[in-house]
Amino acid sequence: MNRKGPRLGEPASLWRMRIVPVATVMAASALPLMLPLIANSPVLPPLGLLFFLCWQLLRAEMWPVWVGLPLGLWDDLFSGAPVGTAMGLWTLASIAIAYSSQRIYWRGFFHDWAIAALLIAVIQALAALIVHPQAAAGRVLGLVVPQIIISALLVPLFMRLTGKFDNFRLKRR
Amino acid sequence: MVRPANRRPGQSRKAQYSLFVAYVIAVTGAVAGLLLALLSVVDPIGFAQLRVASQEIAAPIARASRSVIGSISGIDDNVGAYVSAGTQNRRLRKELADTRRQLVATSSLQEENRQLKALLKLQETDKTALANGYLLTSTSTSSKRIALLSIGRNLGVAAGQPVIGADGLIGRVLGAGPSVSQVLLMTDVDNIVPVRRARDGLPALASGRGNGDLDIRTLNIANNPFKPGDILVTSGTGGIYPPNIPVAIVVRRQDDGALARPLADPAKVDAVSVLRPYTPDNIELQGLPGPAAPSVPSPAPAAP
Repeated sequence: MNRKGPRLGEPASLWRMRIVPVATVMAASALPLMLPLIANSPVLPPLGLLFFLCWQLLRAEMWPVWVGLPLGLWDDLFSGAPVGTAMGLWTLASIAIAYSSQRIYWRGFFHDWAIAALLIAVIQALAALIVHPQAAAGRVLGLVVPQIIISALLVPLFMRLTGKFDNFRLKRR
Repeated sequence: MVRPANRRPGQSRKAQYSLFVAYVIAVTGAVAGLLLALLSVVDPIGFAQLRVASQEIAAPIARASRSVIGSISGIDDNVGAYVSAGTQNRRLRKELADTRRQLVATSSLQEENRQLKALLKLQETDKTALANGYLLTSTSTSSKRIALLSIGRNLGVAAGQPVIGADGLIGRVLGAGPSVSQVLLMTDVDNIVPVRRARDGLPALASGRGNGDLDIRTLNIANNPFKPGDILVTSGTGGIYPPNIPVAIVVRRQDDGALARPLADPAKVDAVSVLRPYTPDNIELQGLPGPAAPSVPSPAPAAP
């Protein structure tokens, strides 16, 4: 048998299937701290969170619900928020997505968009409140509103990107 | 997306248990994580080693991308500046004319000042930098304003040291790693700088708004003495920032103080200096006339 060439019907590499989603989320979380950008306000959308939500909306059963714990820890290390913020909030988001995928039978594009936008708004708002517990709540929320709007508008783009990565993940040899 | 085939694990006990355990882990982990976050707000040094490790990972790539791209910074500022270019131009012309007049008046004072200082033999040793570096990158997705400084413990940087740019105060060092350190910028919501008005020494507190501006609150709330154009410098109270570092210029009066704009924009500053914290032992070390150290009473001879 020719071991070098691809075999008909052989599934994609198991390692690639597992690593690609985790790697995209981790790289997206770490990317903002690697750009030479000194920001005066939260100007970039939370890239890691966007990929995290899109992967779960695209492949509901790919990850166990606790996957937000390690991925959130990684994001916390790079985002500047106290460790545990994203761990907690991302895991709660996973549970919310798991629940919604049981409740909504035929989830369409606009459902996905709405769910992702809502979760991003809630997570970013709560994270800002956790980071600055002493400051006035209204002012802290005002800081993240532009970021939330930008992120909500970027959800379809990230959905497409996730789809591209998913094609690569499942590509047969 | 089509609904996933079947989330219920069926009759298999093992599958049921593993799904249940996954939910238990998730819920406990989420609650523990949020508690941890609330705790580490109280104790910001927690998980310092992990954070240092992550920054050491990010720093080389940030260095490389900085050298390739240069510094992309102040996106929001650029957009705002474009919108308000016309009014700004008019205002700047007026300011320039005013400043020219003031400059002429000041130059004679400066010369006089220099002579007086020479007479008094005052040494300006308090501004000597401990180390110099540049800001590599900053957090840009969360509401925390932390920047990475290109030097760390290898050059003597430690937590609590003030960081200044050419134009004024940038922030203070939050923690130092082997080769990078994190700087809490002055514009962070949690960073409070004791300042005074340069003109008359009116004491006030500057706290960040999180969007690049500062809130100035005076310590006596009876009246609101600020006027647009007032320059604020550090007062040296509180023991971190040495006195007389330029901090901000008042832009607008507010109900409870004033809105000020930092003189040194960390997005535009290139090189920064790390200073010694303004603590009594450092002041003595530099031979400055600092506050007198409390005299230690000699131990009384024990009664027989």
